[in-house]
Amino acid sequence: MAWTKKILRVNLSKGTCKSEPLNMDWAQKYLGQRGLATKYFTEEVDPKVDPLAPENKMIMTTGPLTGTCASTAGRYSVVTKGALTGAIACSNSGGFFGNELKNAGWDMIIFEGKSPKPVYLLLEDDNAQLLDAGEYWGKSVWDTEEGIKQKHRDPLIRVASIGIAGEKGVKFACVVNDMHRAAGRSGVGTVMGSKNLKAVALRGTKGIKVKDFAAFSQATAKGKEILAGNAVTGQGLPTYGTQVLMNVINEVGALPTRNHKDVQFEGAHDISAEKMHEKRASDGKANLVRNAACFGCTIACGRISQIERTHYTVAERPKYQGASGGLEYEAAWALGAATGVSDLEALTFCNFVCNEQGFDPISYGATVGAAMELFEIGAITTKETGGLDLTFGNTKALTELTELTGKGEGFGAEVGLGSKRLCEKYGHPDLSMSVKGQEFPAYDSRGIQGMGLTYATSNRGACHLRSYTVASEVLGIPEKTDPLVTDGKAGLVKAFQDATAAFDSAGICLFTSFAWTLEDVAPQIDAACEGGWTADKLLEVGERIWNLERQFNLAAGFTGKDDNLPKRLLKDAAKTGPAKGLVNGLDKMLPEYYQVRGWTTEGVPTNETLSRLGV
Amino acid sequence: MQKSLLINVDKCTGCLQCEMACSLDNEGMFNTSKSRIKVFDFHEQGQFVPYTCTQCAEAWCMKACPVDAISVDMATGAKVVSNDRCVGCRVCTIACPFGTINYNQTTGKVIKCDLCGGDPECAKACPTDAITYVDADWTGLDRMRDWAGRSSAGAQAEA
Repeated sequence: MAWTKKILRVNLSKGTCKSEPLNMDWAQKYLGQRGLATKYFTEEVDPKVDPLAPENKMIMTTGPLTGTCASTAGRYSVVTKGALTGAIACSNSGGFFGNELKNAGWDMIIFEGKSPKPVYLLLEDDNAQLLDAGEYWGKSVWDTEEGIKQKHRDPLIRVASIGIAGEKGVKFACVVNDMHRAAGRSGVGTVMGSKNLKAVALRGTKGIKVKDFAAFSQATAKGKEILAGNAVTGQGLPTYGTQVLMNVINEVGALPTRNHKDVQFEGAHDISAEKMHEKRASDGKANLVRNAACFGCTIACGRISQIERTHYTVAERPKYQGASGGLEYEAAWALGAATGVSDLEALTFCNFVCNEQGFDPISYGATVGAAMELFEIGAITTKETGGLDLTFGNTKALTELTELTGKGEGFGAEVGLGSKRLCEKYGHPDLSMSVKGQEFPAYDSRGIQGMGLTYATSNRGACHLRSYTVASEVLGIPEKTDPLVTDGKAGLVKAFQDATAAFDSAGICLFTSFAWTLEDVAPQIDAACEGGWTADKLLEVGERIWNLERQFNLAAGFTGKDDNLPKRLLKDAAKTGPAKGLVNGLDKMLPEYYQVRGWTTEGVPTNETLSRLGV
Repeated sequence: MQKSLLINVDKCTGCLQCEMACSLDNEGMFNTSKSRIKVFDFHEQGQFVPYTCTQCAEAWCMKACPVDAISVDMATGAKVVSNDRCVGCRVCTIACPFGTINYNQTTGKVIKCDLCGGDPECAKACPTDAITYVDADWTGLDRMRDWAGRSSAGAQAEA
């Protein structure tokens, strides 16, 4: 139980929808969501496939806890080969889409092929239909979601869709559900667009059963109690959201600024959580309207904000004047510190546009940062940018470019390539602050050393959500380690990576891991699912998933040489803050990491490791 | 002494734990589509609003029912649907001005909040106390206390 034990296979080339039983042997080895969908994906797809070819597949997948009352258990993921990276991609989203899929009776949907014309999938319990999406093609996420609900006269439908960015092939396009929750990274929305799949609309009424309701109620109640009593999940996140980090990370000297030229941003306070709470002088209202929860979440870290109505970005534009989702920390950093812009209202606007047109604010903001540096050194001029003055800190250029990128127009189409392709095109590949083609998130690895190893070895390219050692190195969770040293980080990163893969496969939010260990998760899964789930079993599942993803990437053509960081982080020392004088010590951590992973010195899992894990 | 569900909209984060608790108690599974309490998301206003039956004293649904399937639980004051009697005619769903009694296609009966026999699961499941179960005669008590506090602070400021 907890799994519905059913998957839907949608062949977009043929226009067919078929039900299949879930492979329960794999469910025992890979749990669900990230792990289980990656198993299906790697069994079915040639690792060398072009991410935008019909032969690539895209899986929307839930975990066994998705749709239950376990805290945060509304998650789903999109698994595919990433358009931005060419590596395995797994982007996780909250909101209310995952539980609806589960409630309709499905663990996952596998999309294969390519539709000859734009379509959307309407899935109401057992009834799956591919419908013409001609009227929505060329429309935003917001208009598509509203349009589908109105067309079917059903406000309870949940929609995940792509915006114009995904249609136009912006390499970091997202799949956005519930207006502002996104499977955001690696270009999973780009893959969806390449399949001519505009949206997935769901209604579920079947209900979800668990193995033992009494034990489950008890285990989940205990889990919620731990979250409520924890300083991060019980106070920090509900009050300030992830934005609680802006001032903290700036103080630590790990806030990447102006394309990682600096590690501290003079405008950090102006784009921080504290600033979002402050009443504006102009209208006496704060940018932040309230906090909000995704399905089943007792943390409620989501930010709902409203832009000052007289701000130049929204005056005379009512559709941006209402409340909507953002700013979260990563978006505030990428749109702000990475570009040197510190106008909170402008950044909120950019975030709304990212949601509206479905593209990742992290990769987008970081790519604008790279473009601004190209502009600074004269590698591009207003001739290439279509007249935009891309000087660091130019707010109006940023907001204009955001709208262009969302529609894949003008210089926005070039920004939509991502920083790696953009910087290569203009002859300065070293200026792309990325790993495996994916841009860094909001932590500079000179100031938080473990994050350098995290980024270098992440299976989906640079990412904080594969092993968030910031928790240990800055926040002291589960125990404090020194962010300025490399000692012990190899083991720390491996432990975080394996545990995270298990969290990501359960249907719950990774943020629970600020308070929960796998010892807290295991009783919840065990009460819901057959299989004798313990923390040890979950950790093994996590390690198995990590190695499976690694094997896919190696077969796709990546090697140990790609476990690297841009020269800037390895050669140019941090200029200010606690990490002043430091570069990232990746060379000290990586060999040890390969060793603790049971991989060769070239970063290839040994046969012994693979057979131990049963990969 | 009877109690009422009290909803404080400002505290609701929209997590739907109430809907899950309601469906688990009434349907034996997690199924928000069959919940007696619904949370509405007013996206543009940034507001979440849980809404359910207020247990009207002179309930329209009860008066409209042609087969006397709805009765008062004297202990809780809840208007309770008897599944044995309900014929699924849905007249009550037309009569209710608030829309809080609804038809269930799966069972062919109507469903509404019955206060879980005096221990509402939604209130217990709410992580932010947006839904509480309080003395039916004093649903305004917290608000009165807030304003009393402000009067007290004002009096001190003047003194």
